[in-house]
Amino acid sequence: MPTFAIVFELGRNSCAIEERRGVVCELITNRDYIPAKPASLRFGNKFSCLAVNFRGGDPARNKLNSSFDNRYNSENQDFMRKVFAGVFLALAAPLSPAASPGAVFIEGAHVITGSGADLASASVILRDGLIEDIGPGLAAPADAWVIQGKGLTVYPGFMDGLSTWGIAAAAPPPPQRPGGAAGTPANQPAAPVAQPATPTPRSRGPEDRPQTYAFERAADLLSPADTRLEMARAAGYTSAASFPNRGIVEGLGAMISLAGERGRAMVIAQPVGQQIVLRTAGFRAGFPGSLMGDIAYVRQLYLDLNHYKQAQQIYKQRPVGTPRPEYDHDLEGLAGSPRLLLPADEVQQIDRMLAFGSELGVPFALYGLHEAYLRIDQLKQANAPLLLSLKWPVKPKDGDPTVVPNYRDLRMRDQAPSIPALLAKAGVKFAFFSDGIATAPELKSAVKKAIDAGLPPAQAVRALTLSVAELYGLADRLGSIDKGKIANIIVSKGDIFDEKSNIEYVFVDGKEFRPPEELQKPAARPSAGGSEAKPAMAGAAGESQTVADGDAR
Amino acid sequence: MRGTVTVSAILLITSTALNAETILIRNATVLTVTKGTVNNGSVLLEDGKVAAVGTDLHASAGAVIVDATGKYLMPGIIDCHSHTAVEGSVNEGSVSDSSMVNIKDVIDPQDINIYRALAGGLTVSNVLHGSANAIGGQTVVIKLRWGKTANQMLFEGAKPGIKFALGENPKRQGYPGDFFTQSSMERRFPGTRLGVEDVIRQSFVEAKNYQTEWKRYNDRVARGDNPIPPRKDLRLEPLVEVLNGQRYVHAHCYRADEILMLIRVADEMGFKIRTLQHVLEGYKVAKEIAAHGAGASTFSDWWAYKIEAFDATPYNAALMTRKGVLVSVNSDSDELQRHLNLEAAKTMRYGGMSETEALAMVTINPAKQLGIDDKVGSIEVGKSADLVLFDQHPLSNFSKVLKVWIDGHEYFDREKDLAARADFAKRKKTLLDKENEAAKPKPPAEPKSEQAKKPAAQEAR
Repeated sequence: MPTFAIVFELGRNSCAIEERRGVVCELITNRDYIPAKPASLRFGNKFSCLAVNFRGGDPARNKLNSSFDNRYNSENQDFMRKVFAGVFLALAAPLSPAASPGAVFIEGAHVITGSGADLASASVILRDGLIEDIGPGLAAPADAWVIQGKGLTVYPGFMDGLSTWGIAAAAPPPPQRPGGAAGTPANQPAAPVAQPATPTPRSRGPEDRPQTYAFERAADLLSPADTRLEMARAAGYTSAASFPNRGIVEGLGAMISLAGERGRAMVIAQPVGQQIVLRTAGFRAGFPGSLMGDIAYVRQLYLDLNHYKQAQQIYKQRPVGTPRPEYDHDLEGLAGSPRLLLPADEVQQIDRMLAFGSELGVPFALYGLHEAYLRIDQLKQANAPLLLSLKWPVKPKDGDPTVVPNYRDLRMRDQAPSIPALLAKAGVKFAFFSDGIATAPELKSAVKKAIDAGLPPAQAVRALTLSVAELYGLADRLGSIDKGKIANIIVSKGDIFDEKSNIEYVFVDGKEFRPPEELQKPAARPSAGGSEAKPAMAGAAGESQTVADGDAR
Repeated sequence: MRGTVTVSAILLITSTALNAETILIRNATVLTVTKGTVNNGSVLLEDGKVAAVGTDLHASAGAVIVDATGKYLMPGIIDCHSHTAVEGSVNEGSVSDSSMVNIKDVIDPQDINIYRALAGGLTVSNVLHGSANAIGGQTVVIKLRWGKTANQMLFEGAKPGIKFALGENPKRQGYPGDFFTQSSMERRFPGTRLGVEDVIRQSFVEAKNYQTEWKRYNDRVARGDNPIPPRKDLRLEPLVEVLNGQRYVHAHCYRADEILMLIRVADEMGFKIRTLQHVLEGYKVAKEIAAHGAGASTFSDWWAYKIEAFDATPYNAALMTRKGVLVSVNSDSDELQRHLNLEAAKTMRYGGMSETEALAMVTINPAKQLGIDDKVGSIEVGKSADLVLFDQHPLSNFSKVLKVWIDGHEYFDREKDLAARADFAKRKKTLLDKENEAAKPKPPAEPKSEQAKKPAAQEAR
C-alpha cells in the first residue's frame, strides 16, 4: 500500500513554512519519515509540526500538495482542522513539535554547563543548531525567541554511550499476540536491515565470518521514525552512540542526534567504533557456539585483519607478480573502526576483556561493568574508557520465591549502583549508557540510585554528557554548554534527577522539542525500553549462552 | 582523555609465591609419596617452596608453627581431568575440530567449585573441554588459588594441552536430536568412529601443509623476498604445536579398538599421545599404551553409563599399572574432585595397589602426566609448597581435610571456614533483608501532603 507523509509547519512565525517548503517536498518522498505508530492527535499551540500518513496513490499526494500550497494560511488554523482532522483521527500521528525561529534565547536560567561552570544565572543563545553564546548578562538577539529562564535549569543534552536508538530494526520486537502477528504492516517501521529469507548454511569456522556485520553502518540504518526517539528525548537524551544490534561483530556505530528530518541528517560523526557482543547461537547454528568460541573467533578476526592489511600493503607495493589478496568487507569494516567496545560485566569478564583488548592491540572500551566495584584499582591502572550500564542488576521479576539468591548476586545487586561513586572517587573516567533504561522515570530512578550511593550529581551529569563525548573523541562538539558546540540542551523545571522535575524543553541541534508530560511520568510507559538491553556475556553460572541471534552465516 | 586509549599495562600478574610466610608443620605423618613416609615428621615451607623435610627441623624466628601431631600431611592432590571453572559451554560443539578455542579464555576464578575442591585437598586441575568434538580445543593446567584472578590461577610453566575425543560423543554430534528429521544442514561430520579417525587425520594433514606453507614463506623471506605471508590460523597453530612436541594431547576414549586407532594415527602423523582419558578398556591394550608412552587417566569405579563404557572394571588402574602404564585417577566431576583421595584408595581394594601407589594415582602420577612433576606431586625439597593436612590417613573414608597450602599460602582452613560461616550467613541475611525491604511498597502518600513520596512500586525499573 503506497504510503506517504506530508509534513508542514505551523511555526511561531509564519515565514518558517515558506522557507521550509523545499524540505516539505523532500519529506514527502522520504518514506522513512512516516511515523511507525499512530498516536492521538493534539492540535493547538503546543504543536507546530505534524506528519500525516495518507494511503492512496500519487494523484492524491499531488492534489493535497497543491491545495496545501494554495490555501495554507498560518492564521487560519480552523482551515487546517477542517481539512485534516478527519484524516488524522484514523491515520495521523504527530511528530514531536519543532520550531525554527532564527535564534533561541534562554534568559537568566540556572545553567549547568557540564564542562565545569555551574552558573546561577546565565543566558544561552542557540542559533543554526549551535550554541552561539553562553554567559551572564547576554542581550537577547533581535530575532530570537525568548525563553524566560527564571526557575529553570539548563543542562547539556544527555548522551547515550551505547545505544540502538535511531535504528528502528534494532528496536526490541513488539510483543507477539497469540495467534497472529504483532501489529499491522502499516504500524511497522520499514526494516532497513534485510533479513535473510532462507536459512544460511551452518558456519564451519571463522572463515565463514559467522554473525559478522562489521561492514554495516549505523549511519545507513537511521530513521527518525524510530518511536523510541521521542521517549529518549523525554528523558533528556539528545544524542547517542548508536550501533546496529545483531551478530557478534555488530557493525560501525555512529554518534547521532536523536532528531532529524531524515536518517542522514541525524549523523553527527561516524564511524565511532565496532561493538562486540559475545552471543552464541547454539550447536545447530554453527560456529561459534560457546563463549570460548566467540573469543577465539574475535581473536582470529583481528589476526585476519592484520594479515589483510599486510597483504594489501605488499600487493600495493608490487601489484605485478604478486598474487592478488581477496577483498573482505568484514575486515574493511573492522579496519575502519576507531575503537572496539568489549562486553565486561562480571569481574572475571573485566579481567578477561582488559587482557583481550590489549592482546588485540586496538583501542578499546569496556561496557557493562556491574561488578566493577571489585576492580576499581585495576580499571584505573588499565586506563581503558569505561561505559557503565545504567541498568543496575535487580532481583529477577517473577523469580522462583523459594530460591535463595547466592551471595555474589546479592552483593552485585547491592553494590552495583555504588560503582560510579567509587570510580569518581578513584579518579577513573567513565560514561553511562542506557542499556534499556530509556524512559524519563527509569533514568531518574537509575541515576538517583548512583547519587544515593555517593556519586556527586555534577559527576552524574558528566557521565551522561561530556564523558560520553570524550570517550568518542567528540568533546569538541558535544557534551557541554559551551560556545560553538552543538545546541543539544535540556531545559528542566527543577533538578533533573528529581522525581518531580519536569523537562520543559529539549533542544536537539537547536530544534525545540517539548516532551509530553505523560512521557515523563512513571505511569506513562512502564519499562518501554526495558527489554532493549543487549545481551552481554551470560552469567558465570549460566551453562548456555544467550541465544540472541539465530542468523549465523 | 580524548578518544580511546590503548591499554598498555593491565593487571600485573604476580601469581608466584611472593611474600609467602615461613611455615613449619611439625610432628605429622608425612606422606611424601616419592620418598616414603616420615613418622613424626616436619616440613619447612619457605618462599612458597618445601625447604626441608625431616624429623628434627627448626624454623627461624617469626615462622608460623603448625602443630600437626597425629595428623597426616600429603602433597596437594592433582586432577588430570576437570571441567571446573569454565564459563559458558565446555564444548564448542559446532564443529568437529574446534582446536581454536582455548579454556584459558574462559576460566571463571569465582566458580565456587574451586573452593569446594580445595576443601577436599585438590590443588591442581587439568581443565579440559567436553568431548563433543574429535578435537575439542586448547586446555590449561590451573592451581586452585581461590580468590585470585584467572590469569593468576594458571600453573606457571605447565605445558598447555589439547583435548581429543573418540567414540560416541564426537560422532553423536552428527545427529543432534532425531536422526530422521534433521536436515542435512544441521548434521555434522563425523557420524561414525571411522569418521572421528578421519577428522583427526585430516586436521593433522592440514596442520602439516600449514607448517610447510610457513616454512616456504620463511625461506623466501630469508632469501630477501617480500611475499604475502600465509594467514595465521588459530585452528592449525595448536596442532602444529602438537607436532612440535610443544603441546600435550589428552584424548578422551573408552574402547580398546579406538585407543589402538589413535595410537596408529599418532604414529603415522608423528605425534605423541600424552594421556588417554577415561580409557575404560585400557586394561585390554595396556601393553600397546605403555609402548606408545601414553599415560592413562581413568575412573576408579565408574562405568556403564553408556554402551561404550560397559566393558569396564575397577581393576583397570591396577592392571594398567602392572603393565607399565603411568596411571592416574581423575574426577571429571565437580563432586568427585572433592574426594579424589578416596577414589585413589579404591585402587587398593581393586587390584591391590600399595598405599604409596594409591596416593601416587592422584599426586605424582598425574603430575608426571601433565609434565609438572618437577614442581608438584610429592613432598620433596625444592618443590612447590602445595600440601594438604588431613586429620586421619587420607586413604581412610573418615579422613577430613584440615588445611591446604598452595605455594606456601594457606588457601583452606577447616576451622576458619567453620568459624566464618556465621558471619557469612549474617552478611548474606543483611543483604537479603535490605533487598526485601527495598522491594516493599512504601507507605502510601498522605492524602493532603504534596511532599509525600510516591510508592516505590510505581518507580519504573
